[in-house]
Amino acid sequence: MGEEVAQYNGAYKVTEGLWEKWGDKRLIDTPISEAAFSGLAIGASALGIRPVVEMMFMSFSYVAIDQLFNNASFCRYMSGGLMNIPIVVRGPANGGTNVGATHSHTPENMVANHPGLKVVCPSNAYDAKGLMKAAIRDNDPVFVMENTLLYGEKWDVPEEEYIVELGVANILKEGSDLTIVSHGRCAMISLQAAKTLEEKHGISVEVVDLRSIRPLDEETILRSVKKTHRALLVEENKPYCGVDAQISHIIQLKAFDYLDAPVHRVSAIDAPQIYAKELENWQIPNEERIIEMALKCLA
Amino acid sequence: MANSDFVKATLMATTKKKTAAPAKKSTTKSAKSTNFATAPINKSLTKEAKIALYRTIVGIRRFEERSLRAYNQGKIGGFLHLYIGQEAVATGIVSLMEENDHIITAYRDHGHALAVGMSMNECMAEMYGKHTGCSKGKGGSMHFFAPDKNYWGGHGIVAGQTPLGAGLAFALKYKGLKGCALAFLGDGAVNQGSFMETLNLASLWNIPVVFVIENNGYSMGTSLKRSSAEENLAHRADGFDMEWEVCNGHDVFEVREVANRAMTRAREEHKPFLLEIRTYRYRGHSVADANHEKYRTKEEIEEYKRTKDPVNVIKQQLLADGTLTEDEAKKIDQEKKDEAEASAKFADESPVAPRSEIQTDVYWEVDNDSESKLKGTYFFND
Ligand SMILES: Cc1ncc(C[n+]2csc(CCOP(=O)(O)OP(=O)(O)O)c2C)c(N)n1
Ligand SMILES: [Mg+2]
Repeated sequence: MGEEVAQYNGAYKVTEGLWEKWGDKRLIDTPISEAAFSGLAIGASALGIRPVVEMMFMSFSYVAIDQLFNNASFCRYMSGGLMNIPIVVRGPANGGTNVGATHSHTPENMVANHPGLKVVCPSNAYDAKGLMKAAIRDNDPVFVMENTLLYGEKWDVPEEEYIVELGVANILKEGSDLTIVSHGRCAMISLQAAKTLEEKHGISVEVVDLRSIRPLDEETILRSVKKTHRALLVEENKPYCGVDAQISHIIQLKAFDYLDAPVHRVSAIDAPQIYAKELENWQIPNEERIIEMALKCLA
Repeated sequence: MANSDFVKATLMATTKKKTAAPAKKSTTKSAKSTNFATAPINKSLTKEAKIALYRTIVGIRRFEERSLRAYNQGKIGGFLHLYIGQEAVATGIVSLMEENDHIITAYRDHGHALAVGMSMNECMAEMYGKHTGCSKGKGGSMHFFAPDKNYWGGHGIVAGQTPLGAGLAFALKYKGLKGCALAFLGDGAVNQGSFMETLNLASLWNIPVVFVIENNGYSMGTSLKRSSAEENLAHRADGFDMEWEVCNGHDVFEVREVANRAMTRAREEHKPFLLEIRTYRYRGHSVADANHEKYRTKEEIEEYKRTKDPVNVIKQQLLADGTLTEDEAKKIDQEKKDEAEASAKFADESPVAPRSEIQTDVYWEVDNDSESKLKGTYFFND
């Protein structure tokens, strides 16, 4: 359910072909009424159906915040566990496409700040499929944060059924000198930076792709940091109260004695998203900024 | 799927009003045959003023055509929502603005911007993401601003500008100024909660705001029929005890005649008004909308262009009443093409803002090096 998901095949073609296959009952085009249709999905889920709500951009979920952050997240709690909200809210949440501040939000931190909600950020097609299946089967509200820049990438994905469990991080690359923890498209950029660091600087970098922000795989993060003794956290969020602020806290609390350097970060430059392409590409993490910070962390 | 009778519906758009004011029993035919150019508000126009209307309409058209080329060349990024086909709406309404009138609109904002007198240069440069743009390259196509011209943007979130429009009007009344605010939105935007909440507030508090629904028949790929249960969008005003009217948007004189009533009423009586203007967009929702001949027919688009093209309609009117000659019209057209071309050159040659600009214009205190000394940390850098 969402804007242009059925007859138009989705603004970004994510739902392409589904309307032809499943028809009006299961693919529903909505008016531009995010508050109403996400609230409606929450209500419908109470009777056991499993709505998947598309936000054309996650940025547009901001007009539905009461429904999502009050109703979806707290109904279970306030009913003392009598009510479940098994909905999925999915859509792109990224910058890097010069569409300006109102269309470039990455609200996984805000979602994670609401106990009762779950949130995942797939960095590749394999995870996108596996996490989506897990999200739909999950009995709680799950946000799936996608990325329009990744829509254009190609990966091999098995036809057969598989699930990527929530709360399990993925080690994209093993290494011994530095751990980079990242999620979403930034994990892919971090992987690229790790390769460059290895080739040009002889530094062995381990890249942990969180996949799931809440629940969070603390164990994998800590195991990696205890091995490499250094951590660089990379995310597209703005720094203040970003996901990595929490991860940094976890690392200093639980792996303090293992650290050979302070935990370092690369996040978006702290300002509303700028429109101009060249500047936005600098504002959000890029390979150059990651490498620069990795070298600082290792210095 | 195509909203093929949209064109028919616009032909039938009758001018209606709810109140006691002299009831105009416009029928299909009379609406079509009414010569709005002879209505009092238009009759009083000087030759120069009429030519100015033409210049604005042509200017918007040529500017946007040029921006489309720039977009296709990769000079403009992000989204580009073209106003082509709707030019007479903003032009007509803005031409009625007085000193204390204010205007705000959504992301399809180039027409309104040029109509209030923003330069092609600053607008084109903004789309190119250059420092010389109206917002220094920070906002882009959807976010043009010119407060010095009472133009409060360019807003990207559907209907998000509508309460702001009411706020502008609230402030006018609060300050005791005689004026009105114009809040534009689309036919899809009417289904946002923020708009419906605003209608109620505006009426409840007697706020001098004129809401202008530019009904172009579609919100992205969704026809009006598929998005609104009540297709007569203006009727929603009834639920809030608010005045409304419906008119066509291809004839700038019709737009002026009807909008003048709404704006005068707002200014004089501090009452809100809901105007629904039937118009049409020729291009896709944005340039990236490759589907736009799938959810509507080519014939539908061609039919509107043939019978109701706002550039052509005003041109024929001005030729017929002797305001313009064919040669003069051509000359204006060429001037506007040249101006648009020059703006593209200006934008292309302008510099991008330095990286340090990313963190300016966020907080007043920081930008102004506030006397009170900054306390606390404003920015959190890695
Ligand atoms: C809250 C919100 N939801 C969705 C969008 C995406 N979106 C942008 S424009 C648009 C269609 C709006 O149509 P309409 O109001 O008719 O205006 P038009 O584009 O025809 O001028 C949509 C769905 C958005 N910008 N904001
Ligand atoms: Mg529309």
